[in-house]
Order: sequence, then C-alpha cells, then structure tokens
Amino acid sequence: MIEIQNVHKSFGQLEVLKGIDLTVQKGEVVTVIGGSGSGKSTLLTCINGLEPIDKGRILVDGTEVHAKSTNLNKLRQKIGIVFQQWNAFPHLTVLENVTLAPRKVLGMGKAEAEAIAEKQLKHVGLGEKLSTYPTRLSGGQQQRMAIARALAMSPDYMLFDEVTSALDPQLVGEVLETLKMLAEEGMTMICVTHEMAFARDVSDRVAYFHKGIMAEIGVPEQLFNDPQHPETRKFLASVR
Amino acid sequence: MFHTALTSADLIFLAKGAGMTILVTAISVFIGTLLGIVFGVLRGQLGPIWFAPVTFVLDIFRSVPLLIQLVLANAFVGMVLRLHISGLTVACMVLSLYTAAYCTEIVRGGIHAVPATTRRAARSLGMSWLQDMRYIVLPLATRIALPSWIGLALGVMKDSALVYVVQVTELLKSTQILITRLQEPLFLLLICGAFYFIISFPLARFGGYLEKRWSND
Amino acid sequence: MFGYTFQWNQALARLPKMLDGAAVTMEVAVLSMLIGIALAVLLTLLRLSGSRPLKAIATTWVEIARNTPALFQIYMAHFGVASFGIHFSPFTSLLIGITFNNAGYLAENFRGALKAIPDTQTRAGRSLGMSQLQAFRYIILPQMLRIAFLPMTNQMVWAVLMTSLGVTVGMNTDLYGVTQDLNALTFRTFELFAIAAVIFYIITKIITLGARLIASRLFRY
Repeated sequence: MIEIQNVHKSFGQLEVLKGIDLTVQKGEVVTVIGGSGSGKSTLLTCINGLEPIDKGRILVDGTEVHAKSTNLNKLRQKIGIVFQQWNAFPHLTVLENVTLAPRKVLGMGKAEAEAIAEKQLKHVGLGEKLSTYPTRLSGGQQQRMAIARALAMSPDYMLFDEVTSALDPQLVGEVLETLKMLAEEGMTMICVTHEMAFARDVSDRVAYFHKGIMAEIGVPEQLFNDPQHPETRKFLASVR
Repeated sequence: MFHTALTSADLIFLAKGAGMTILVTAISVFIGTLLGIVFGVLRGQLGPIWFAPVTFVLDIFRSVPLLIQLVLANAFVGMVLRLHISGLTVACMVLSLYTAAYCTEIVRGGIHAVPATTRRAARSLGMSWLQDMRYIVLPLATRIALPSWIGLALGVMKDSALVYVVQVTELLKSTQILITRLQEPLFLLLICGAFYFIISFPLARFGGYLEKRWSND
Repeated sequence: MFGYTFQWNQALARLPKMLDGAAVTMEVAVLSMLIGIALAVLLTLLRLSGSRPLKAIATTWVEIARNTPALFQIYMAHFGVASFGIHFSPFTSLLIGITFNNAGYLAENFRGALKAIPDTQTRAGRSLGMSQLQAFRYIILPQMLRIAFLPMTNQMVWAVLMTSLGVTVGMNTDLYGVTQDLNALTFRTFELFAIAAVIFYIITKIITLGARLIASRLFRY
C-alpha cells in the first residue's frame, strides 16, 4: 500500500505540490491526469525518494520514504519506475540492461538474472532483441525494454511517468498494450498519462491534478462522464 | 623564520631565464602559427591525398619526443652541416615546426567546422574564394580554433623547458643551475613552477571560457 | 655533399640495447597510464563529491598538472621531494612525474566526457535501487571511458614521449637514456638519435593503430 499524506514540494519559489493525499491499495491501478505543470510527474519521483519533499509523508508498505533511517536503495527495489525518457544504458545490450540491477543490486548470479531478464523481455515482446544494443531499437522498443528492466527487480509497485509522451504516435500503442497487460496481471500501478482512452480503460481510479492540487479522484466512469470539479470539466473538454 | 641564500642577483638570473622562456615561446608560436595557417589552408585546397607527404612529415613532430627533435636538429646543423648557428636559433626552428604540426590540425579542424552550406551560400552570392575565406571562413573558424590555439601556445611554453638541451638557458635550466649552487631545490622549484602557473592558468581559463561561450550560441 | 660521414652500421649494432631501452620506456608509459587512469577516476569522483576540501584537492592537482611543464613535475618528484629527505630512484621519480601529469590531464578529459552523459542515466540507475557509487561504476564510468577513449590514446602517446625526460633525473635504462649513454661512448649522435626517433615513431603508431583496433572491438554500440 502506498500512502501519500499532505505532501508539499517546492522547486525554489515554485510550489508544485500543495498538500496531496492519496492512498493506493495493493493491486490497484491509479492513473493521474492533468495539464503540464500540475505536479503529477513530481509526485512519482517523490514516491521513490528521487526527490525530497518539504512537508507531509509518503509511506510504502508502512515504511516512510523520506525518513532519515530509510534505506532508499532497498526501498526502490520494490518500486519500479519508468520515465518519459526511457534512459536506456547505451553501453549495454538489451539483455545486459535488464540483468544489471538484479546482478549488482540483488547480487543475483548471471544465469539466474539472465533467465529472469529473458522472461521479462519476452513478456514485453523483445525476446528477439536480447543481444541488440538499445541505440538500434525504436523508441517504443526502448521504452518496453525500460519496463522489462524495472520488472526484472520483481517490484511490488510500478510507477509510469508519461511513458508514451516522447514516442512517435505510431509507437504509442505497443507500449500502452504492455501497460494494459501488466494491469490485467494485477500489478499495482500509478500511471501519469495524457492518454485518456488508456486511463479510462485500465484504471480502477483516475485522479485529476490541477496546479499542485488533486482536484478530483474517482472511478473512470464517474470522472470522465460526470466530473465534479469545474477545472476537471474544463480540462476534459480541452483534450476531447 | 624562513631563510634562503637567494640573492637579488640570483633573482635577476631567474628573471633572465623567464625572459628566455617567453622569447623562445613567442618566436616559435608566431612562426609556427603562420606555418600552421598556410599548411591548414593548403590542406583544405589540395585535399588530404595530395597533402599526404606534408601530413606525414608534420606527424613526425608529434610522434617523436621534442628532446630528440632538438638533439637531432642540433647534431645535424653542427656535426653534419658544420654550421655555427646559435642554440637559440635551433631551438626556435624546431619549436616552430613543432608548433606548426599541431597548429595545422587546429586550422584544419576550424575550417572543417564551417558548414559547407554556409560556404556555398557565400560563393553563390558571387564572393570569390578569397572573399569567402576572408569574410566567412576566417571569422567562423577562428571561433572554433582559438581556444585550442591558446592551449597549443601554452603547451609550447611548457615544452620550451626542453630547449636546455641545445644550450639555451631558459627558466627551468636557470632554476636548476641555482639548485646546484644553493641546494634549495624545493624553494627554487616552487618559484619556477609558480611562474609557469601564473602565466598558464589564467590564459587556460580564458580559453575555456571562450570555448564555453562560443559553443553556446 | 656533407663533410660528415654517416656511420649507420656502428649505430645499428647498438639496436638490441636500444630495443631493451624501448621496453623500459613502454613499461614506464603503461604503468603511468594504468595508475594515471585510476587516479583520474578518483579525482573525477572527488570533483563530483559535495565536499569542498576534496574538490579543492582534485582541482589543485588537475590545474598544476596542466599548467606547469611535465619536466617541472618530474623535477619536483625527484629534487623537490628530496627536501623532505625522500629520495626516489630515477625510475620512480619519472613514473611519479608522468603519472601525476597523466592523472591531471585525464581527469580533465573525464570531466568533459561526463558533460556528454545525461543526468537521467544516474537517475535511472538510482531508481533501480543502485547506490550513487554503483550507478557511477556500472553506468557512468563505462560510458565516460568510451567517450574519453581518443583523448586517452593521445595521453598514452604523450606518456611515451614524456619518458624521454627521465634522463634529466639520471634515468639511463629507458630508450632515451640508453641512447644518450651510447652517444657518450661512440659520439654517433645523429645516427643514434635518428634510430631512437624511428623507434619512438613506430611505438606511437602501434599505440594509435592498436587503440583503433581495441575501440572497434570494445565499443560495438
């Protein structure tokens, strides 16, 4: 369970999160939508401790992420994150990209790590590309590799930060299919996205962020068909 | 209290050495740069194949220790040609060619970095080759080349410490002579090192600053 | 034409001795590069660290190495430290001097290479649970060494050329030192040093070509 309680976060003068409260249950898929600068991506990097927070707290399975005593490296092993920019490691093959963290962080043997990596890469449809270097892959393939790389750590939670925003339109579908598949398998996920159809399809709940505040949250039917907050209505009208 | 046997006469001796370092550097960098520009432009005109013999010769200056270049030049002039040429002249000749070898590469790189499309545009406006060179290539290539050239000039100054081998008493040699006499190696070396550093450091920083500023726009 | 008779045979007879010297030259150059690279990585880490004094130490090292003559650095390693009662052999002094120089220049090359690697690479590593050091070791370092490979090759060439400076601190087993000693015996200055020059030239070409070969095998992405 991920519990976000009254989280505030500023970059210099700019307050990007102004008191966010959100609880995500095990097995739940929550998507976060909202305009740019609404703070939705920042929230994800706060959840796995890449960004410090100014106020409030975030608990993952009861462990406070930003507590001094928390071993962040340990904690991050159970929170996978995939970014808009896939950040493939260019000097490693696809297989090595995926085995690196299991081997060096979890101390797994080569054979075991490769078995897991192969399984995950097949899972995302890259079983044929094991010994290819990422620079030879399309953006969509690299992004799927990044997903497999995160999954190879057997995380309990997956965070997706606008994973299709940097892709050419014709490559968006293959990545969304992968996310959908994960959702159906019961992975606990928080997805920040601009893909409304996807949000409607896979989410248990959809949250709308506006200027650092979670304006509204609800099941997809309610949020998309009967938005309560005027800003949500405005936003949905603008993206439709 | 710190005590040293260093006298004001010794300081003048060191200053003369420093003057020699600057003199050798200035002459060599000046001649070497002129040669480098000529070679660099020629290479662009002739193409790498016709220019290959010159490239080969210049490469030797970058692949053989400067110390050996100086010894060989000195031996050739003195023992083979039996000419009575001062060590300073030999030093400047060798260092000039040494500079030219590196400078040619810098000039070539600078010219190469000017986009062909820009030059075509200039020519299509009716500019002559010389006008293209003067108004388009020169200002653009200088921007690219100047930071490296500053690095080269400073490199030549540091490498000029080796001309002692042809009996030119520059700064480091003067320091060594004083070390032998006064037996205060650390103190004297620190003075000597500080001299190089005070000249080199600000200029190197300036070169880095230019590089940064010009690569941003 | 010249009033000088070249006596190449006399000089060439000394070739085996000179080749032994070349081996010592290579030994110094390779050692100075290996230690130099390790120190340069350390200096890079110090410069990346948040600590001001550590940064200052690294920066001082780099700036002295880059802004004073290599010969000065070798003198310091030999005559300079003698003031503290430390007496290194010519070999050690030469090795320390060149290594110091290599590390300084390489650290600067590494800094340039780091600028070409996006911060998001470290971020990606950290988000997989790696520590800062692990992310550096497994993600940043390999890419950094690749980008800096050409400058490293150049530095290796310079390291070879710099070994000739050992003679100033009494080194006589390297190629230059051996040549100098043979010269004192035979006075065939031009011939001997011409041969030494050719050997140096060949060594540098082998390094350049070898590096190209290694690069094509190592960097397949």
